[in-house]
Amino acid sequence: MKTLMIVEQRGGEPASDTARVLCAAKQLGGPVDALVFGEGAAAAAKRVAGFPGVENVMVALGDSLKDGLAEPAAEFLSGFVENHEAVVVSASRFGKNLLPRLAALLGVPQVSDVTRILSADTFERPIYAGNAIETVKLAAFPKLLTIRATAFESAPETGGAAAVRQTTWDGTNTLSRFIGFIPSLQEGAELGSARTVVAFGRALETRENVETLIMPLVKELNAAVGATRAAVEAGLAPNDWQIGQTGRIIAPELYIGVGLSGAVQHTAGIRGAKTIVAVNIDESAPIFSMADYALVGDLHTVIPELIAAFRQKK
Amino acid sequence: MKILVCVKRVVDHTMHIRVKADGSGVDTANMKTVMNPFDEIAVEEAVRWKEKGLASEVVVLSIGPKQSVDTIYAGLAMGADRGIHLNVDSLPDPPGAAAAIRAVVNEEQPQAVFLGKQAVDDDCCQTGQMLAALLGWGQGTFASAIIKEGEALKVTREIDGGREVVLLPLPAVVTVDLPLNEPRYASLPSIMKARKKPVRIIAPELSAERRLEVLKVAEPPRRKPGKRVGSAAELIACLENETEALS
Repeated sequence: MKTLMIVEQRGGEPASDTARVLCAAKQLGGPVDALVFGEGAAAAAKRVAGFPGVENVMVALGDSLKDGLAEPAAEFLSGFVENHEAVVVSASRFGKNLLPRLAALLGVPQVSDVTRILSADTFERPIYAGNAIETVKLAAFPKLLTIRATAFESAPETGGAAAVRQTTWDGTNTLSRFIGFIPSLQEGAELGSARTVVAFGRALETRENVETLIMPLVKELNAAVGATRAAVEAGLAPNDWQIGQTGRIIAPELYIGVGLSGAVQHTAGIRGAKTIVAVNIDESAPIFSMADYALVGDLHTVIPELIAAFRQKK
Repeated sequence: MKILVCVKRVVDHTMHIRVKADGSGVDTANMKTVMNPFDEIAVEEAVRWKEKGLASEVVVLSIGPKQSVDTIYAGLAMGADRGIHLNVDSLPDPPGAAAAIRAVVNEEQPQAVFLGKQAVDDDCCQTGQMLAALLGWGQGTFASAIIKEGEALKVTREIDGGREVVLLPLPAVVTVDLPLNEPRYASLPSIMKARKKPVRIIAPELSAERRLEVLKVAEPPRRKPGKRVGSAAELIACLENETEALS
């Protein structure tokens, strides 16, 4: 009754949500093995071996696995997972790309975006942008789950001493070829793991307003910056700042939403936030119905006041 | 090349959905339905390829009850050439949908299949990847750019932390993301014209096997009611005294 946790890594660094995915994996009840592959996998494996609760770390080597592409990885995994009752991975872009492909190769269904594990075969997951929660029972072997990491607790990343083993897969991949990776221009902290997130909507109107109002607040709070889909569509923010049903799902300690109405599409991504602050000039904005603190006002005056007040507090 | 585009009929995402009182599902009766927004982007891309002479034919496929034919006509109004409707009473799950699409692919032999990256009703994000696996084709998920390079597609993928570029020899499956394009509004004449385009209706044999059983559907937990604050200073005092947000 073992669980295999596939760990996303880049350049030897496990993804920042790995401990939360591990928390979910442990709730399935069986011992947890971890698998890493791709460029830098050996270094990442060493890090993952330190996560308390991981029994074994497998490093999968092989030319066609090094770029982290789904086609060879799914093929490799379809032969590798047989001793595991369950296979879990973060519902990040990486996990969403890989796991359904593996599911189809194995001929099993997959449960996406698991937010709660009720038993080894019964799970909760959001549908309709989180406006409904579905409880599903999965009768398949193995059980394939992508985990919405923000719904699970983080855990220490050191103190464990799992055994690290290597396996080499010599399969070839003719279906896809990696050309390159272009990292996004990160301003502020990383959206997925930041303690504080400042998000803005279309009401910012211009990029200049984003630069002169939002970014100083982001900097003052050491926060990550996010945006609504409407702001992305209006060209105010790059796509990878998008928070919501089809963007990033976040669970920061503090979320501050400025100049955004609170469309379901966006709020689907912030339900996990501990404290929600909303600033909007429109008293009837839907965001206020889910905000812990509502500040009605013009963002052009409120944001500078906020920056000054936070600065004074220091 | 021929492009097959898969489109799903979904409840308009701006509608407020209600969970049925008996917990058996979401009440979708009398709700406004539309083409899944990401599938619309897929249709737009395929039609642009046709307009640029990169594609010879664009075929839209939908699986669903008889009303799904309206979703197909919406795609035809955007400029697709013909439609295929797999007429089923209840929607298949993603493995079932992928298997049904594969059967159409085997018959139609398109060089590429475009789909939305996810449907906004079940939010599964599985069908495209499963289809690619069943066909033994490469997959370009979350595409924000698709370029034809000889007998391959160069796909830019929106992934966490940046963009990845991959080259997929044809045939291939691509699932599309928001930045790829902005779908057109179909003009009235093109909506009229679409009605004359051919739509083939097939009653497929779908496997009824469900290994994923929905036990219940419930409302999400509600947050505690919040409070109004009058100023930035008051907000910060609240955050300091009532939360751990600033600690």
